[in-house]
Amino acid sequence: MGLFLNIVVDGVAYGMILFMIAVGLSVTMGLMRVVNLAHGGFAMIGGALAHVFGTQMGLGFGLTLLLALAGTIAIALPLERVIYRRVYGFGELQQVLATIGLTFLMIATVNWWLGSTLLAVAMPEILNQSVDLGFRTLPAHRIAVIGLGLSVTLGLWILIDRTRFGVRLRAAVDNRAIASAHGINTDRIYMITFGLGAGLAALGGIMGAELLPIDAYYPLRYMVLFLIVVAVGGMGSILGSFLAAIGLGLLETATRYLVPDLSTITFFALVIALLAMRPQGLLGRE
Amino acid sequence: MRNLIAPLALILLGVALFFLFPYNLAFATRIVIMVILVLSLDLVLGYAGIPTLGQGAMYGAGAYAAGLFAIHIWADPFAGLIAGALAGAILALISGFVLMRASGLTLIMLTIAVASICHEIANRARGVTGGADGLRGIRMDPVFGIFEFDFIGVTGYWYTFGVAALVFAFLVILVRSPFGLGLRGIHESPDRMMAIGAPVYWRRLAAYVVGGAIAGIAGALTAQISQLVSLETFAFALSAEAMIMLILGGMGRLYGAAIGTVVFMWVHHTAAANDPFNWLFVIGAMVLAVVFFLPSGLISLPAAVTRLIKGGRNGGA
Repeated sequence: MGLFLNIVVDGVAYGMILFMIAVGLSVTMGLMRVVNLAHGGFAMIGGALAHVFGTQMGLGFGLTLLLALAGTIAIALPLERVIYRRVYGFGELQQVLATIGLTFLMIATVNWWLGSTLLAVAMPEILNQSVDLGFRTLPAHRIAVIGLGLSVTLGLWILIDRTRFGVRLRAAVDNRAIASAHGINTDRIYMITFGLGAGLAALGGIMGAELLPIDAYYPLRYMVLFLIVVAVGGMGSILGSFLAAIGLGLLETATRYLVPDLSTITFFALVIALLAMRPQGLLGRE
Repeated sequence: MRNLIAPLALILLGVALFFLFPYNLAFATRIVIMVILVLSLDLVLGYAGIPTLGQGAMYGAGAYAAGLFAIHIWADPFAGLIAGALAGAILALISGFVLMRASGLTLIMLTIAVASICHEIANRARGVTGGADGLRGIRMDPVFGIFEFDFIGVTGYWYTFGVAALVFAFLVILVRSPFGLGLRGIHESPDRMMAIGAPVYWRRLAAYVVGGAIAGIAGALTAQISQLVSLETFAFALSAEAMIMLILGGMGRLYGAAIGTVVFMWVHHTAAANDPFNWLFVIGAMVLAVVFFLPSGLISLPAAVTRLIKGGRNGGA
């Protein structure tokens, strides 16, 4: 029973982190049809900035988080304007190549700036304690991550399902040309969405630094993981990414607890089996 | 006569490599081996249009198979090549049954996943593969029973170069055969090929298996020359670099694969030697420059320059 609860809590927390990082990737892939392998780079940039502001300069956690998110978005928006806007029109392979090149540049920049060592992100005191639930104690960090993940999900759902921006975004995902013909400024929607995705990735990177440690090679190491979340969930589907992230988080945590020697093999084998049966992902459209 | 210029230039390039790096034949040999790997990728990606970032899986399978074959069964180099090719082909066949059903991003991701699984299996099966320490103790017999593998790597270079030339010739014939033309058709329009009755799934699978066998040969050569197989053969970076080399040179043209590999390896080598920490800047910038300014690769450079000079309606486009 205790093991089961551990798997569930760790798995769901891990899944929330995956969701926050991958949701931006899923939406940009669904919206702009761009295979953005550099997306994990934004999680790394967020983590690296949090390391600089929090650990090196000693600012408070709230301020650090805010500055790191703002910093990441400030880097992502010009990138979108200068580089990604051209990449949208490329073929699949050119996109893969261009974003791998961009990933290399991000890695090289962080490597040159902060070195290739582990970049520790300090969490506030309160998150390092454990919480007594009466029948069990759990690390506060996991609970905070789960709570944050749920709020992000709720926020995204409201934004996309209940606001005017959401209507325009969905229209642009469905059919860019017709949305544009209806007077929707698709360029601006692209930019806002891209910035939002990068910001969420940074948030996930910072909060998940304990589970996915930040260093210069972060974007390359976890690229496959983030892509798997998107592919399993179905491109462009937020609910799909959510289900995929939680499911994969639980799956990976469970295999690591139960069959530690074969965890990676089991994980990938199950993912391959799933994608062989449903190539378009759980909630993806044909 | 025109048809002979390109192959002759390629052979000259191979001979030139030998004399350009007399004290670093290991590097020249690595370039030639990478040419073979990139050629296999060219068949799969450039001709059959199967996007893959996991060609390293077959390369690694070939390397381990050739290494184990040499240690436990027979140390003859050519028998080892066959073992490597078979291992690559079998892995491609098994994984291809599933992979060829997917397309686009899902396919790219699945190919990465296959390579990751192989990496993990090689890592765990410590007793057979040596795990993270790598497979050691490979001792090859002389080539044709005459030429010993020497310390400097002269035999190794010419042996690799000979194999590369054979692979290249085989591919030149293959892509001009009806099978190769069919692949081109599938690449350009799977639906039309289906409509005229071509078994698209099986053709793609066949191309993937042949590509896997060639990648296996490249892996087997690595194992035989370096006498060591490490887990790095399955690394994502290798598959990604192979793809960069291919697109740098120009996809769907066998010569592009050769040119791209030589240029990439040379830039990589120079950049890493001059600045061991920041060479990724150079590689990243080079990749972006190719994608933005030379989308068809270096092999299209002469045509692009001619167009620029001649000007006219399409000038500089």
